[in-house]
Amino acid sequence: MKVGLFIPCYIDQFYPQVGIATLEVLEKLGMDVSYPLNQTCCGQPMANSGFAGLTKGCNANFIENFKGIDYVVSPSGSCVLHIKEHLHSAENKEQAEFLQHQTFELCEFLTDILKVEKINATFEHRVGFHNSCHGQRMLGLSSMSEKVGERFSKPLSLLKQVKGLELAELNRNDECCGFGGTFCVTEEAVSVKMGKDRVADHLSKKVEYITGGDMSCLMHLEGILKRQKSEVKIIHIAEILNSK
Amino acid sequence: MKTHSQASDIFNQDEPRVDWHDESLWFIRQKRDKAAFAIPEWENLRDIASQIKENVLANMDTYLLEFEEKAQQNGIQIHWAADAEEHNQLVLQILQKHGFKKMVKSKSMLTEECHLNPFLEKNGIEVIDTDLGERIVQLRNEPPSHIVLPAIHLKKQDVGDTFHEHLGTEKGASDPQYLTEAARQHLREKFIAADLALTGVNFAIAETGGFVVCTNEGNADMGAHLAKVHIACMGFEKIIPKAENLGVFLRLLARSATGQPVTTYSSHFQKPRAGQEMHVIIVDNGRSTQLGREDFRSSLKCIRCGACMNTCPVYRRSGGHSYHSAVAGPIGIILAPNLDMKKNKDLPFASTLCGSCTNVCPVKINIHEQIWKWRQEVINEGYAGFEKTQGIKLMNTVLSNPKIYRFAGKMGRQTMRFAPFLVNNSLNKWFKNREMPAPPKESFREWYLKNRNNNKNEQ
Repeated sequence: MKVGLFIPCYIDQFYPQVGIATLEVLEKLGMDVSYPLNQTCCGQPMANSGFAGLTKGCNANFIENFKGIDYVVSPSGSCVLHIKEHLHSAENKEQAEFLQHQTFELCEFLTDILKVEKINATFEHRVGFHNSCHGQRMLGLSSMSEKVGERFSKPLSLLKQVKGLELAELNRNDECCGFGGTFCVTEEAVSVKMGKDRVADHLSKKVEYITGGDMSCLMHLEGILKRQKSEVKIIHIAEILNSK
Repeated sequence: MKTHSQASDIFNQDEPRVDWHDESLWFIRQKRDKAAFAIPEWENLRDIASQIKENVLANMDTYLLEFEEKAQQNGIQIHWAADAEEHNQLVLQILQKHGFKKMVKSKSMLTEECHLNPFLEKNGIEVIDTDLGERIVQLRNEPPSHIVLPAIHLKKQDVGDTFHEHLGTEKGASDPQYLTEAARQHLREKFIAADLALTGVNFAIAETGGFVVCTNEGNADMGAHLAKVHIACMGFEKIIPKAENLGVFLRLLARSATGQPVTTYSSHFQKPRAGQEMHVIIVDNGRSTQLGREDFRSSLKCIRCGACMNTCPVYRRSGGHSYHSAVAGPIGIILAPNLDMKKNKDLPFASTLCGSCTNVCPVKINIHEQIWKWRQEVINEGYAGFEKTQGIKLMNTVLSNPKIYRFAGKMGRQTMRFAPFLVNNSLNKWFKNREMPAPPKESFREWYLKNRNNNKNEQ
C-alpha cells in the first residue's frame, strides 16, 4: 500500500511539526509513505471565494503529484473535503475520480482503513477537542449535535487510546470556530467573536491544550489565545498521537 | 446600505449584547434539539417532508391549479400576482373596493418581502401588525430581525421604552407580563376597529382548497374572525398536495422553530363564513426564476421555521438586520440573491460554510452547498470588484505553481521573522484581534528533504 502524504500549504509553511508528526505516525504503523515534492495547495481558498473556475492549475498539480499512489492522507479535514468534492480534470477524469475517492483525513484513515485500535502514545495533559466543521459535518468524522442518531467520534476514539490524556467536555461540542477561510478577514468582527467564544468554552473547562484535526481552525484559535496572553496551547491531533 | 460585514462590525461593538443575543438563540436551538431527539423517527420525517416538497416542485403548476379550482368551489376568491407590486395593488384594490381604511395583519414574511406596509400607508391605510414581536418592531419603525422571532434583537428594557413612548406604559417598566397586558389592550381595540384582516399562509392544500395558518398568539384567528374581509397571501411554494401531508409538516414546523411539539394555534381555513369575503393571493415574485435554477430550486422547499437562523453561529453574532433582506440568516443568503444579486452580493460570503443549517433544516435543503454555489454565481456575474479579483488571481498564481509557491513561502516566513512590523500592522485584518502564527525556520518540505528524501524524487 503506497501512501502519499498531502501536507496543505499553510501547514507546510507555518506548522511543519504537524507534517512531521503525521509522517511519523504513519511510518510507525508500517506504512510506505512518500511526500511528493511539488505539491502546493488543494485550491480551496480560490474556490470558496467564488473563483472555482481558477482552480484548474491546482487540480492539475495535485493530480500530477499523486500519480501512482494508493491512498492520499492529510492532516486536514477541510483540504481533504475540497479534494473529495471539487477535484476535477477534463484531461485526467479517471485519475481525478480515483483521487477523490482515495483521499483521506488522517483520523479517518487510521480508524477506517488501518483499523487502529491501539495507539502507542502518551500525553499526560487535560485536552479540549475542537470539532472542525468540514471534518465533522461533511466528512462525517463524528456524529453531529443537530442530528438524531447514534453518537460516535473517530478522532475521540483515537484520543481515548492515548495514555494519560484527560478529555474535557465542552458546553458546545460542535460549534464553528469562525475561521472560515477568507471569512476570517472579510468578516473579521464575527470571525473573531466566534473564535473568542470557542476559546472561552475550552478555558472554562480548564484545558491545557486545544487539539483538533484542522490546523486552520487551530491557527485562528491560537491567534486569539496568544493575543489574550493565555498559557493554553494548541496542538494538532497528529502531534498527540505521535507523542511518547 | 451597509454590507453584512460592516453591519456586523457595528453589532459587535457591544460585546455583552452579542453574548446575550447568541445565548437567547442558542437556548432555542437547544429546545429544538430536545424536541427532535424525543422523536426517534426524526431523520425519517425530514426525508419524507423533503420528498413531498420535491414532488411539489416538480408539479407546481398542477397543484396550484388544483388548489385554485377547489378553493373557488369553496367560495374563496383567488388572485395571482406576478411580483411584489401586483401583490400590493391587489391588496389595495380589495381595500378600496369596500372603502376600507383600517386593517390588521398577522405574521407574513411575504408582505415584508413585498414591502406592503409602507405601500399601504402611503395610500392612506392604517396597517397594524398583530403579532406581538411584529407590533414591537413596527412601533420602532424597524423590520423584523428574524422570521419567527421578529423582535429577538430587543431586550425587555427596549420594549419597555418603546411601549412607554407609543402606548403610554410607565417609564422604565420592563416587566414582561405588564408590557404584554398593555399590548393586549392596545391590540384588542385595533382588532375590533379593523375592517379587513390579512394573514399569511403556512400550508395551502391542493386537494381541499383550504389553507393552514400557524401562530402562537391566536392573532391570525382573532383578526380573521372579526373582520368582514380576510385576505391570505402566499408565495406559491406554500402548496402541499394533500391534507394528510400536514401530519408530517406540522410535526416538523414547531419543533424546528421553537422546540414546541406543535404551534399553539394551527388554524384551518376552508371557506368564508356567511357574509364574509375570503381572498387568497398567490405570489410569484421571483419564485419561477428560482424554480428554474437547478442548483437553487430546492430553496423553495423552505417552510420558514427559522431553525437555520437559530443554529447559525454567524447569525447569532451579527443579528438579523445585518442581512439587509426580509429573510435573514442562512436561508436568506440563498433566497436573496435570486431577488437582487447586486444588492445581496455580500450575503453568500456571510457564512463559514459550517453546515449546521443544513443539518437542522426540516425539509433537508442543502443550504451550505447552495451558499457555496451562490458565491460562484456572484463572481461569475462580475460582482467581485477589481481589487478582490486581482488578489485572488495573484493567490492562484502562487498556489498553482510549485516554484513560485516555495519562493513566496520562504520570503513570507523570512519577512515575518526579520521584519514582523511589515505584517503585524493595521493593514492586516487578521492582526487586529489575533496574533500571527510564529514563522518556523524551515518548511515541512525543507525538513523532509533533509531527513527523509533518499533522492526518490527530484528536488
